[in-house]
Amino acid sequence: MIPEIGQIALLLALAVALIQGTLPILGAARGRSDWMSIARPAAQTHFLLVAIAFVCLASSFVRNDFSVLYVATNSNSALPLQYRIAGVWGGHEGSLLLWLMMLCGWMLAVSQFSRHLPQPMTARILGVMGLIGAGFLLFMLMTSNPFERLFPVPADGNDLNPLLQDPGMVVHPPMLYMGYVGFSVAFSYAVAALLGGNLDATWARWTRPWTTAAWTFLTIGIMLGSMWAYYVLGWGGWWFWDPVENASFMPWLAGTALIHSLAVTEKRGAFKSWTVLLAIIAFSLSLLGTFLVRSGVLSSVHAFATDPRRGLFILAFLAVVIGGSLALYAWRAPKIGLGSRFELVSRETMLLANNVLFVVAMLSVLLGTLYPLLLDALGMGKISVGPPYFDTVFVPLMVPVVFLMGVGPLARWKKAELPDLAKRLKWAVVAAVIAALTTGWLAGRITAGATLGFLMSFWVVAAVATDVWERVQPAGGVRAGWVGRLALMPRAMVGMLIAHLGVAAFAFGVSMVNTYELERDVKMAVGDTTEVSGYTFLFRDLKNVQGPNYEAMQGLMEVTRNGKPVVVLHPEKRVYRVQKNPMTEAAIDPGFTRDLYVSLGEPVDGGAWIVRVYVKPFVDWIWGGCLLMALGGALAASDRRYRVKQKQGSPATVASGAQA
Amino acid sequence: MNMKSLRFIIPLGVFALLVFFLWRGLRLDPHEVPSPLIGKPAPSFALTRLDDANATLRRDDMLGKVWLLNVWASWCGACREEHPLLVEFSKTKAVPIIGLNYKDQRSDGLGWLNRFGNPYDASIFDQNGRVGIDFGVYGVPETFVIDKQGIIRMKHIGPLTPDVIDKRLMPMLRKLNA
Repeated sequence: MIPEIGQIALLLALAVALIQGTLPILGAARGRSDWMSIARPAAQTHFLLVAIAFVCLASSFVRNDFSVLYVATNSNSALPLQYRIAGVWGGHEGSLLLWLMMLCGWMLAVSQFSRHLPQPMTARILGVMGLIGAGFLLFMLMTSNPFERLFPVPADGNDLNPLLQDPGMVVHPPMLYMGYVGFSVAFSYAVAALLGGNLDATWARWTRPWTTAAWTFLTIGIMLGSMWAYYVLGWGGWWFWDPVENASFMPWLAGTALIHSLAVTEKRGAFKSWTVLLAIIAFSLSLLGTFLVRSGVLSSVHAFATDPRRGLFILAFLAVVIGGSLALYAWRAPKIGLGSRFELVSRETMLLANNVLFVVAMLSVLLGTLYPLLLDALGMGKISVGPPYFDTVFVPLMVPVVFLMGVGPLARWKKAELPDLAKRLKWAVVAAVIAALTTGWLAGRITAGATLGFLMSFWVVAAVATDVWERVQPAGGVRAGWVGRLALMPRAMVGMLIAHLGVAAFAFGVSMVNTYELERDVKMAVGDTTEVSGYTFLFRDLKNVQGPNYEAMQGLMEVTRNGKPVVVLHPEKRVYRVQKNPMTEAAIDPGFTRDLYVSLGEPVDGGAWIVRVYVKPFVDWIWGGCLLMALGGALAASDRRYRVKQKQGSPATVASGAQA
Repeated sequence: MNMKSLRFIIPLGVFALLVFFLWRGLRLDPHEVPSPLIGKPAPSFALTRLDDANATLRRDDMLGKVWLLNVWASWCGACREEHPLLVEFSKTKAVPIIGLNYKDQRSDGLGWLNRFGNPYDASIFDQNGRVGIDFGVYGVPETFVIDKQGIIRMKHIGPLTPDVIDKRLMPMLRKLNA
């Protein structure tokens, strides 16, 4: 019975979504207040119905209802509860439901926090979001129904893909989708503004916190995915330029450009048409990512079952949503105007350069992801593009981005002076160079790659320090009360600085791991020891263990340093009972300055095993850096002025922030 | 319409082009479309072995045996996913497995095998991908079944799965070896 309730909820949601997507938009065009007023209750009902469907599916998982095809495919009675819940988004159909649930969540938030907006604007925004929801509902109902029944009912389910049976996988997709779908808010605002023809600084101010919030979720989602790859795939890497990773990374790059571009549009009124385009692109890439993953066009680690009808539907949906909004853009954007002028050397120019670099980086990732497909579609042969391409293209683009990250925040709006900037930043340069070389020297080896990475990292830190230092200096030159000045810094500013420090931490971690990581593959029998980077690994024991739905060989590895115990690690080699996939479960001792990473390879003759031991310096800084970026985003999105403006509720008063 | 407004159409044009390619891409189902090479003789090759730059392996060395050609690379994520299964499968000694180490570095490839186990009777080293192109390699990994006469009998794109091995590969091997 419960699956049928979910099914009916989805059908009703489709009806509501269609009303939500048409009447309010028409009402806004014709000035019919009664039609526009439907938007908010429709959005709330839409949310409620989708939530009911979601709860129904989750409950079928929890109750092990294998009469539901999707549950039977992705769960098993021996599967622990937390993975049964995560199983809801472990396959294609459920992922779509999660996507829709997130969309409705954002929609509900918009309907709650949009009371200060003029009615036509709210009506259009919620209308556009309703249409997106309707598209996804149609997709689910026509090609990917999660509530489809299965007769005869199997005795047990096929189990969740073992790769996904991991705590990180429980949280990774919701976070990622929150980010993906969050860009739909900026997109809907942009389309609504294009429809209404009122693109001004107010529009940018409304859009900013939403975009930053979505970007924050996306950052966390990508970080979790990378961590998952690190400890589940069992080979110690953290980013593989896999097509599906790229699919999440492209919206991130576009979103990062959008955040910076929005700052210019809000403060200076410039880049308006560009910002609108970025808002459309960021969400389009989220949809494209969905297409790439769900259509099976690209095969990859993450590829799910493919069905040509699905691909065709998403492609048609993509064409309507993205094509429609780009057509609207081509029609309306020429009337937007250019906004205020600025000099060649100014913060605007630097942010523009930032934007160009991010967009070029995004396009190069897009090209690398789609190139094999494009060539094949043209019948020009089959090629594959791997990390060699991405590393070659991406790093040179990020070096100037990081350089600008140091200079930009110190440059004045409208017109800055190069000699002045050079003077203010000279100590930062000196400090960065010294720190980079010293770090290399301390690590034992100075290499070009690592030095460049350290230089980028310390440059950002030094520039941020310079920025903070200048801000706490009172005009008169007396340093009294600098703590108070520090506390007075607006939260958005602090957020930006923290996010930039996150980039520094990230660059530091990457440089450290890439250059100074030590790995050793050794044949070890029980009782053998090996030493890596001062740590002694003793292979103490090997035994069979039984998991809830797998059997495993579990090693017991005692790690000591100078005779003192450090940690005991338990690497495993698992075989999941239902799907028979062997899985390597690496054992990791995370630390602030290094990770110890042990995984079991293959058994070799005489009871010995190939054991792989890594010492990875500062690898956690990679994800720590991402967390800092996300923290910065969260701070910036929650800045006081967005809330204050919303309470005042008169957008006309914030038309220009030219003095800011 | 003047030139200035024309540039606002560029994004739409680029997108239309992209949609066209994606639409074409959809019709090329990488898992279903049989390779045009099936039923044809395997392209001839003479490559050095991954573990020994002085030893050469030719297609004709394998004549008289049913064998598997598995295309892999150390930079390929999906290969890593496939690998444990291939190692398990190789222990059954059902069929000789030759690895085609595709567009890789010798040291990387060897390191990878040391690390994760070596299911291959031999790996050949295709640094510039010429042989891969002859075989119509779409992406890595791919697996070919080649019969005693050197004819390609089956091709699988993407990682092997227990299902593919049980339902397609093993029946094919039994048929060819019968």
